[in-house]
Amino acid sequence: MRKGTLRQILLITDGCSNHGEDPAAMAALAREQGITVNVIGVLDQDTIDENGQREIEAIAAAGGGMSQVVYARQLSQTVQMVTRQAMTQTLQGLVNRELKQIFGSDVSLEDLPPDKRGQVMEVVDELGETAALDVLILIDTSGSMKTKLPTVKEALVDLSLSLNARMGENRFSVFIFPGKRQHAEKMIDWTPRIEELSTIFPKLASGGLTPTGPALREAIAHFDRKRSLRSWIGNGDEPYIEESSL
Amino acid sequence: MAMSHTLKNRLCNLPPGTVVTGKWHGRSYRLLRRLGSGANGVVYLAESGCNRVAVKLSDDYASLASEMNILRRFSKVQGGALGPSLLEADDWRSSLVQETIPFYVMEYIEGENFTTFVRRRGKEWAPVLLVQLLSVLERLHEEGWVFGDLKPDNLIVTGPPPSVRLLDVGGTTLQGRAVKEFTELYDRGYWGLGSRKAEPSYDLFSAAMVMIASCYSGHLEKKGDGRSQLFRIIEADRFLAQYKHVLQKALDGRYAKAADMRRDLLAASSRRLAVKDETKIVSSNRRSGRRAKKRRKVGAIAETVLIAVLLLGAYGFYIYWQLTM
Repeated sequence: MRKGTLRQILLITDGCSNHGEDPAAMAALAREQGITVNVIGVLDQDTIDENGQREIEAIAAAGGGMSQVVYARQLSQTVQMVTRQAMTQTLQGLVNRELKQIFGSDVSLEDLPPDKRGQVMEVVDELGETAALDVLILIDTSGSMKTKLPTVKEALVDLSLSLNARMGENRFSVFIFPGKRQHAEKMIDWTPRIEELSTIFPKLASGGLTPTGPALREAIAHFDRKRSLRSWIGNGDEPYIEESSL
Repeated sequence: MAMSHTLKNRLCNLPPGTVVTGKWHGRSYRLLRRLGSGANGVVYLAESGCNRVAVKLSDDYASLASEMNILRRFSKVQGGALGPSLLEADDWRSSLVQETIPFYVMEYIEGENFTTFVRRRGKEWAPVLLVQLLSVLERLHEEGWVFGDLKPDNLIVTGPPPSVRLLDVGGTTLQGRAVKEFTELYDRGYWGLGSRKAEPSYDLFSAAMVMIASCYSGHLEKKGDGRSQLFRIIEADRFLAQYKHVLQKALDGRYAKAADMRRDLLAASSRRLAVKDETKIVSSNRRSGRRAKKRRKVGAIAETVLIAVLLLGAYGFYIYWQLTM
């Protein structure tokens, strides 16, 4: 049976949005559509902007994902860890829902005796390894991100290394914001090969506003376009993971 | 995430004497001191009755449950435990951190970190311990696993006699999957020398890196082409250069089995011993001491020869003088 697809947005930014809708609201919208939003805040030095940090946490919380603020040099390890943990978290949420259906009450992993949790985790691990994964990478290229872009590139190549080792299928898409004409601009359409990434980075110009909210909205729309296209070729109307496959 | 950050902090700083009681089995453990902390948990040395055990606490139910699965599997493997043996799993309703904290109890393995041991006892221990490690890895691989996060911090040297054991099984992955946890410096992906697919050669790369890191005195960090950088480090170090072929082959992923690397490493070590016998260098535990001693010896020989030549010259001159008289 074909397994469902996990869908994630990975937002890489270094500060506050200053244009358009509240990004947390857009993240909540994504979550409603089965898309997890993870946020990574990239710092240069010890400059933790409290507003920035609060926004990063709020977006991830609303988007059902994880957030992490890191220094540019630790980015690689963090990007792959966050993506992986968010995947486990989503799957665990689904398995917990399944448990509730079986036991008929509010039972989750935490309520099972410790010795039984292992069996549940084996299912989660198995799913995490084999489920298909779509990651839309949304990169903030506003002025202050300029010096961090080479590190971002490295981190994304590293992410592909981890994800390509999985048994499940992966697809990536890359958007940057602000775009030339729209709020966000598509750089790479859905592809299994993130290596293409290297070709776009030299072309990136940084500057402009930080329309994080509108950019998220456009990212969500990109998932839908793909889905409707897939339903058109007869592979559609699947939820982001089929409950029956559990 | 911010919440769990402060929780993690509190878990890492539990005062000695804290009593952790399980809500399912009701047993109590008195924490003595912290042994270590990682990305997903903290380990304390604890006392239960008169037994000393290690207790791992975490705020992450999922990763803790995964680890316990692996520890259980490990304990079923024939021929000695691969990791610490799992004793109990339970949850602690803590008044200190005001949350239910899952934990498991395992055997306490007393010993020293791999690098610390090698730095203290001498580099010649590195290949010896690595040979031991490779036998453990061979068995692990035969069971269909890959250790994943192989690094000095996850290796403990117990004894005497010194023997190496695996700690922290969080990165252990079924072969053919993506390696669950890794540390950049010991990860072949980071160095641009291969994928993160869990296969025996992944661990063998890390094993070679463990040896390099424990013998190399400089700071390891990737700069540019990882492969040539590592090869240069091996060639530039007098000790590592003796194991050049084995290390380079492992870094390149050309060993399919731990047993093959073990065989070559043993061969390289005994070759080294043979060379030593030929030149009749008195072996000493302190390499630097030995080198200094050797230098002193050479100096002494030169001095003797010089004096002998001078005496002979003087004697010759004396004879000549006597004859011409």
